[in-house]
Amino acid sequence: MSNDFNFVKVTVDGKEVQGVEGMPILAACNMAGVQIPTLCYLAGVSNVGSCRICVVEVEGTDGLVAACNTPIFDGMVIKTNTPRVIAARRENLKTILATHRSECTTCKRSGNCALQKLANQFNIADLPYDPAYPEEWWDPDFPLQRDASKCIRCMRCVAECAKVQHCEVWEMSGPAANRGICVKNGLSITEAGCSLCGQCITHCPTGALTARDDTDKILAALADPEVITVVQVAPAVRTAWGEQLGLTPEQATPGRMAAAMRALGFDYVYDTDFAADLTIMEEASEFIEWVKEGKPRPMFTSCCPGWVRFAKQHYPQFVPQLSTSKSPHQMMGAVVKNTMAKEAAEQGKRLFCLSIMPCVAKKYECDVPQLSTEAGPDVDAVITTREFNRMIRMFGIDAAALPETKFDDPLGLSTGAGTIFGRTGGVMEAALRSAAYFLTGENPAFTVCDTTAATPNRPWVDKEIEVAGLHLKIAISSGLQNTSQLLDALEAGEVSYDFVEVMACPGGCVGGGGQPIVFNEERAAGRAKILNKLDGADKLRYSHENPDIQALYDKWVGKPLSETAEEWLHTDQASWDI
Amino acid sequence: MARLSVAPRSADFSKFGTFLEDYQRRIQATPPGMCPVALQLDLLRAGGCQTCGKCVPCREGIPQLEALLQDVLDFNAGPEALDEMRTTAMAIRESADCAIGYHAADTFLAAMDTFEEEFVSHVSEGACQEGVEQTIPCVTQCPAHVNIPAYIAMAGKGDYAGAVNMIRKDNPFPTMCALVCEHPCEEVCRRNLIDAPVNIRGIKRFAVDMAPADEVPVPAALPATGKKIAIVGGGPSGMTCAYYLALMGHSVTIFEGRKQLGGMTRYGIPAYRFPRELLDRDIRAVLSAGDITVKLNTWMHKEDEERICSEFDAVYVAVGAQIGKTLRLEGSDAEGVMSAVELLSRIGDDDYPDFTGKKVAIIGGGNVAMDCCRTAVRLGADEVTCVYRRRIDDMTALPSEIESAMQEGVEMMCLQAPDSIEVDENGHCAALITQPQMIGPVRGGRPSPMKANKPKRRIPADIVLIAVGQDIMSLRIGMPVKSRKLYEADDSLKAEGFTNVFVGGDCQTGPATVIRAIAAGKVAAFNIDEFLGFNHEIDYGVTPPAAKINDRTPKGRCEIVERPARERKHDFEGVEEPMSTEEALQECGRCLRCDHFGCGAVEEGWIQYV
Repeated sequence: MSNDFNFVKVTVDGKEVQGVEGMPILAACNMAGVQIPTLCYLAGVSNVGSCRICVVEVEGTDGLVAACNTPIFDGMVIKTNTPRVIAARRENLKTILATHRSECTTCKRSGNCALQKLANQFNIADLPYDPAYPEEWWDPDFPLQRDASKCIRCMRCVAECAKVQHCEVWEMSGPAANRGICVKNGLSITEAGCSLCGQCITHCPTGALTARDDTDKILAALADPEVITVVQVAPAVRTAWGEQLGLTPEQATPGRMAAAMRALGFDYVYDTDFAADLTIMEEASEFIEWVKEGKPRPMFTSCCPGWVRFAKQHYPQFVPQLSTSKSPHQMMGAVVKNTMAKEAAEQGKRLFCLSIMPCVAKKYECDVPQLSTEAGPDVDAVITTREFNRMIRMFGIDAAALPETKFDDPLGLSTGAGTIFGRTGGVMEAALRSAAYFLTGENPAFTVCDTTAATPNRPWVDKEIEVAGLHLKIAISSGLQNTSQLLDALEAGEVSYDFVEVMACPGGCVGGGGQPIVFNEERAAGRAKILNKLDGADKLRYSHENPDIQALYDKWVGKPLSETAEEWLHTDQASWDI
Repeated sequence: MARLSVAPRSADFSKFGTFLEDYQRRIQATPPGMCPVALQLDLLRAGGCQTCGKCVPCREGIPQLEALLQDVLDFNAGPEALDEMRTTAMAIRESADCAIGYHAADTFLAAMDTFEEEFVSHVSEGACQEGVEQTIPCVTQCPAHVNIPAYIAMAGKGDYAGAVNMIRKDNPFPTMCALVCEHPCEEVCRRNLIDAPVNIRGIKRFAVDMAPADEVPVPAALPATGKKIAIVGGGPSGMTCAYYLALMGHSVTIFEGRKQLGGMTRYGIPAYRFPRELLDRDIRAVLSAGDITVKLNTWMHKEDEERICSEFDAVYVAVGAQIGKTLRLEGSDAEGVMSAVELLSRIGDDDYPDFTGKKVAIIGGGNVAMDCCRTAVRLGADEVTCVYRRRIDDMTALPSEIESAMQEGVEMMCLQAPDSIEVDENGHCAALITQPQMIGPVRGGRPSPMKANKPKRRIPADIVLIAVGQDIMSLRIGMPVKSRKLYEADDSLKAEGFTNVFVGGDCQTGPATVIRAIAAGKVAAFNIDEFLGFNHEIDYGVTPPAAKINDRTPKGRCEIVERPARERKHDFEGVEEPMSTEEALQECGRCLRCDHFGCGAVEEGWIQYV
């Protein structure tokens, strides 16, 4: 076996390019500047070549070949847009459409559906076949929704879930032409080990996989005069909320996002970044306690409910090592409910807490009964960034034209440390900034805590730091296949760490399953840069320096890990219902 | 208009030929893992399309049955559909006028019984049973699941050593299988759809000719584990198990009763089919895998086996099925009557008897019988007769073996059941007396012979060789035995009632093929590794080359040819002539790379083995 690359020359539509032997035709076409339409192909994850939309002509070959998985050879002459190629693509699209319920008017993916785009591109007007599609019952309450009638059996979800997210929730089953996607082993989705990361949703080309839409609940709350509506928004949402509203990154500022929430009519507009600072106060203190008490290491972060669900279902042996700190939005909800309920009741009103999250798993988390406090559930509803977009459109808000506003006080002020929660490594970095302060009384240099090297392209990244005579080993992993590799290595004793951050979605919340979908684009890394920029520009970059956090402790909670903190801000994940 | 015409009634029927061949080919290429319910729908439709339309049961019944079955296939029917289908099929079977109708129903009813669990799964679970999914045909049908498309591609690129190592991932005996494998892989080759199966064994033969197995280094063994494993039996199964365990770093001791390793591949297969030097190449490579000690001439007794069970961390019993079955015939104790096993094992150690001038009769119709026939020819026999109680078509020997034996002058005397042996005054066998048979009803899938009303026949014979099957060695260490006198084990090959004993190969399955014995050795090795608390993965240093675009042009299949019968029948040199490079490359180019195209592109297309 040799690792040497063999360079070969191929011709794409008359243009000669040099490629590496064995690379797929698709890559050679990209080098030649020729775009090939694809549907089932998912770069780096799945190239099963099932949709046959990417077919091209190769001279001397009988029949068309799939560009996504046919390797090039020296002298290959490729034609990508002959009438023969176009005819085959069109026919294949027609047959796909014959089993797809094309009700675009009421489909959530209308406008960013890959199939719709291809059908338009290839001028498919009339179908020669009577459409026939499978109908399948699905639990309407589950945060992940599947509409079998829209599934085009491209298998992207099967590959994404198995290879990137380790859960193997989906499988192909059924005989002959009836072979289709279903939950593995004939299980119900609720018992299939789904982490609810939502990556299958963001990688579905059509509206077959979606997140449960909860906007009706929000509309009802907004319309109810007896309800005080409190909204909070996660760090990662600010990186993506403007993408599909036609906003430039410069326009889509946190201030304009706050203005949009206000325009929707919410009474209080808070920032989950504040709660992220609160989480750090608790989690960093908890970590120091772990280290001092010599509890089993590593301690794992717990602010990602996708990760918590994954651990509970796939690696239960690690659940006792999860930080007991609730996730930021739950902390925020608990604080809101416990500090504002009395006031609301005096006005004859009740509180409704909404979280706008880049996440599907948080729809599950807010309903976990074990997270409620005396004041009721922390959060009453979670909507995704996509639902937030839908509401802005519904209300006819011209977001670009809104003047920027601040978040409401006192739960609206945050530090850069809270902001970077939205990317892989962010929780760890924020925690280290404060933990070091708690141990030494001095703020550490930002470079010491820096985790911007974290990436889903490696199973995990690690780092060793010296703080107050302690030698700490930390690791950061995102994407559950990556995480499983880290957990296996921990279990086998191949590695050992003191503190581990896990985010279920590759790249962290910026790449979350509730974020806007852009077909075949992984935007997490680009969105993370926005968070880093916000952090860098923030005057406050240590959670413990947030004056409103200090005020909250002074007035209500006392100090981190106090009795009130335990009651409001901590939980036992092992007890959570799945 | 003329009164008569020579024109065929249906002008098109005469053109059906090639399409029926295509139909035939499609049947041959039926993909492993296909849903049995789908197959039945397919068969039923064939029946429905063939109906002439005269009678109600066939004309109305079959389409109705088809509609019901389609619903069952699509998981759109409830359990009551099964009764409805049975009632409809019964009516067709009972009342159809001709075979087109009642045969369709008969087949369907039989399938409802044979595949009952799958039918029930469709109507009550709304899913196929586990395991109903298509996989790469050749890889699936190979008992050891060798990555055939990959090694063919490597051979096609001239990387013969790579091909050998690719085979070794799943089978440490590339040479052995290149010569004597029954190649079940070829039966289902998707190339059947275009012309004929790829000559997979031929390609392997070419690869090991170009890169002799003992010149291709095996992977380096993993660090020593300190675990000791005993293997009882130095045949293909035992040696395979030894090979993988040694690569994993375990210390292996093989106990072999005979003078040399190889088991039935040395003591059952004559050298002209598998030259000893070629066998020794594989054995040398296997023994180079790591810490393997071989104890020859060590027959195990009950107390020895009990001892090794406690002295070693694990034991693999693969003692084969080497006792020739006997026939209770009058005169069968005469001098000159012997079992096939006796003759073949003698020549395994190069002890060749002289049959010059003798008349030899062989009883049996399997591959061992053919081995005896062709061996007898080579030992100088004057006349060699193969006596079989069924017809040539019913023989279990490979057709090519029968053909070769006939070319070498063996006479097939079929429909003759052995009756007795005529013994001369010196107690020596003089003739085999047979009772002619007629072929009769099909029982257990095969037409069975029965006594024909014809006079007995006398076949003069100085030597009678009985080749009617083999049994396992005497029972040991109280290992449970099934009704057919085989050792019992579960699918992981763990012997029932023992903690650290595994059993596999012929002694567990009954006399079977080399590749099944090898597969069992591999299964045992990996399960022993797991039993010992490990999960070793071996790096073989080979990756399948990228697939080339399919060449769809039909081409003939290059066959391996044998040396001319007039030459080969005089010696025990290998009978096969090597393929030429052109032939081998053409065969490699015919492979459709089902590991890349079709279901092989998805994970489910792969047999998850080791």
